[in-house]
This record gives sequence, structure tokens and C-alpha cells, in this order.
Amino acid sequence: MSDTQLPVWEVFIQANPGIAHKHAGNVHAADAEMALQNARDVYSRRSEGMNIWVVPASAITASSPEDQGAFFEPSNDKPYRHPTFYKIPKGVKYL
Amino acid sequence: MEDQKQLDAFEAKIASGVKIEPKDWMPEAYRKQLVRMMSQHAHSEIVGMLPEGNWITRAPNLRRKAILLAKVQDEAGHGLYLYSATETLGVDRTELLEQLHSGKAKYSSIFNYPTLTWADIGAIGWLVDGAAIMNQTALARGSYGPYSRAMVRICKEESFHNRQGYEIMMHLTQGTEEQKAMAQDALNRWWWPSIMMLGPSDDQSPNSDQLMRWKVKMESNDAIRQRFIDRTVPQAEFIGLKVPDSQMKMNETTGHYEHGPINWDEFFDVIKGNGPCNAKRLKDRKEADINGRWVREAAMAFAAKRVKEKEVA
Ligand SMILES: [Fe+2]
Ligand SMILES: [Fe+2]
Repeated sequence: MSDTQLPVWEVFIQANPGIAHKHAGNVHAADAEMALQNARDVYSRRSEGMNIWVVPASAITASSPEDQGAFFEPSNDKPYRHPTFYKIPKGVKYL
Repeated sequence: MEDQKQLDAFEAKIASGVKIEPKDWMPEAYRKQLVRMMSQHAHSEIVGMLPEGNWITRAPNLRRKAILLAKVQDEAGHGLYLYSATETLGVDRTELLEQLHSGKAKYSSIFNYPTLTWADIGAIGWLVDGAAIMNQTALARGSYGPYSRAMVRICKEESFHNRQGYEIMMHLTQGTEEQKAMAQDALNRWWWPSIMMLGPSDDQSPNSDQLMRWKVKMESNDAIRQRFIDRTVPQAEFIGLKVPDSQMKMNETTGHYEHGPINWDEFFDVIKGNGPCNAKRLKDRKEADINGRWVREAAMAFAAKRVKEKEVA
């Protein structure tokens, strides 16, 4: 039998002004408008948010945990990207 | 054959408190057990709306009605969080609902009892949500990320459910003799099912060693039950009610209550489908699904039409 439960949308909520949207969960909905309304009812019944994004789950591409090592490795051999890599003499200020 | 190295890494991860996420490697037995537990939990949330929904139109005043509506809406939300957490394990909601409707999947035995009076709404919030909280706070520490996060969220919402129920009971005990009797009667009927809903006693529930090691189960049924009893008996005494267990007594040395024998035959009989409301609950769930189908189809058709209109414009 086919899925009668409507497509899945991932829900991201901004809890306060000035902070990033955070993943809250997902809802099933026929379109974006219904997804927004469902997201409000499911994830923001106690004023947990002031702004909501909904994204079709099918539109999300994720990196895979098996490749985690190889995928993130390149950044590990570039310690010069971190300020602590550089030795600055004690007397120098504001650097 | 599951690779021993993968299994070792998996167990080491859990032992060190790292959560398992949907795409991570996991033993098939772990996945299976989680799907079973989580979907059973999700079904319990939405079937649990039925006995309480029975009283929404007959709540004694507007304040109580608004509270009950909000509580039942929360339970729908809990069902949704849990279905979506279960879907991360690769089973879709249509399939999960089919398992509920066909009787293949179970839900909590407690929801097969009827809500005969308004006091039952008090007893459910106080006892049933109270027992559920004991279970859920333990599960929030579990190893599967999506389940544990859903539990954290649910626990935050549950304490209002618990309190509003106790408040209903308290008000009744402060009322007329009839109201007080009604509260005691509700406690009499809901007490045993509530302590049974925490599951069979430890000597009857096999293979929990592995589940404990995998942090699928965090505590034994009996341990959770004991904590529930220890907290609830004094709450009953405080409002002048008595739990219907003539053998219940405080053991001063252990600091724990000791209860009389539990009628496990009744519990297993209700699980098997022979409780007072099993047939009605399933019928109501199936009807809700069938009656809602045209709405979902219409919504999909409407969405498709709007996409087409946009393309033309
Ligand atoms: Fe709930
Ligand atoms: Fe609840």
C-alpha cells in the first residue's frame, strides 16, 4: 500500500531573535503552508519559537557517518587555521 | 553475520554515553527492539487520547475543558514526535499505523479501561501520566538519539498533565460526600491498572540484560514501579484518599512501600485483547484513519494543482 500519510517536512525553529534556527523535528503535510501550520501546532505550543522554516525532507542531503573520517579529515591537518598555531611574544598586546 | 568489530565499537560508544544516530551502524536486534518499543509508545499516545477525549464535551466548566483540550492536544503531539522518531529507523508511518490497526502492534494496556466519571480524568492525569513520567524520564537517558530527544521534550510537557489530574482529584475530595466518593472510586479502579502499565515484573520479562547494556531499557520495570508507588501513596494520603491495597505498608527499614500481589492474569488478558475497551479503541482508531483519508487525498490534490498553476503562470 502506498503512503497515505503525506510527505515529510523537516522543521527548524528560531527560538529568539538573533539566534540561528535549530532543527526541531518533522511533520507530515501536503504543502509548505500546511507544513508551517502543523509545525506551529506540533513544535511551538508553548511559545518555543518566533520563526519557523520548513524544508521538504527529500530536499536535504546529508553526509554519511561511515565517511565521517575521510570527509572531515582535511581540516585536521591545517592547524594554521587556528589562532593558537601562531607564537606571539609576550609583550605584544591586542593580537 | 554481524561484524564483531562493529558490534564492539557500537557497544563502546553506548558505554561512553554517546548517542546512536539513525544512519549509524546498529545491530539488527537493536533496531527491531526500538521500532517495537517506540511504535508501541507512539500508539499509546494517540490511543490514550480516546478515553480522555470522551470527557472533553462534558468537562464541568470552561477552565477544565480548556485544560483537557490542551492536554489531549499534547498527547497528539507526543504521538507525532514518537512516530517521526520511529520513522528514522526506516519504517514509515503508514506501515506503523497498519500494524496498530491490524492488532499486530500493541499499545499500553491502560487505555483499554473505560472513563466512567469525571473523576477518571483526574485519576488518569495523576496516575497514568504520573506512571508514564517515571518511565519516560528513564527513557530520556536511553542510547538512541531521536528517541531520547523526543522523551526529553515529552517529559517537559508531562508535568502539567500530572498536576492538572491531581488538582481535579483534590477538588473532588474537598467537595460533597458524593464527590469524595467519586474520587475514591476512580482511584480504586485506576490504581492497579496504573501500576501494571509499567510492565511485567522483572522475573517475567526475559532478555533485559542486553537491552540494559544497549541502553534501550534504562531501569527494570519493578524499580520504576517502586518509585511510582513511593511517590504516589503519600500524594493519595495527603488528599484523604486510600490506595485500594490492604497490604500496602511502609517498610521503615528500607524506606519503601510494600504492596500486595498484582493480578498479572488480568494484565496479560487485557494485552491479549480482552480488556473492557480493546475493541472500541481499535474501531475508533480505524474509523479516524478511514474518515481522514479523503482529507489527506484532497490536500495532496490541491497541492499538486497549485504547483501546476505556478508552472503555467
Ligand atoms: Fe504523552
Ligand atoms: Fe500526558
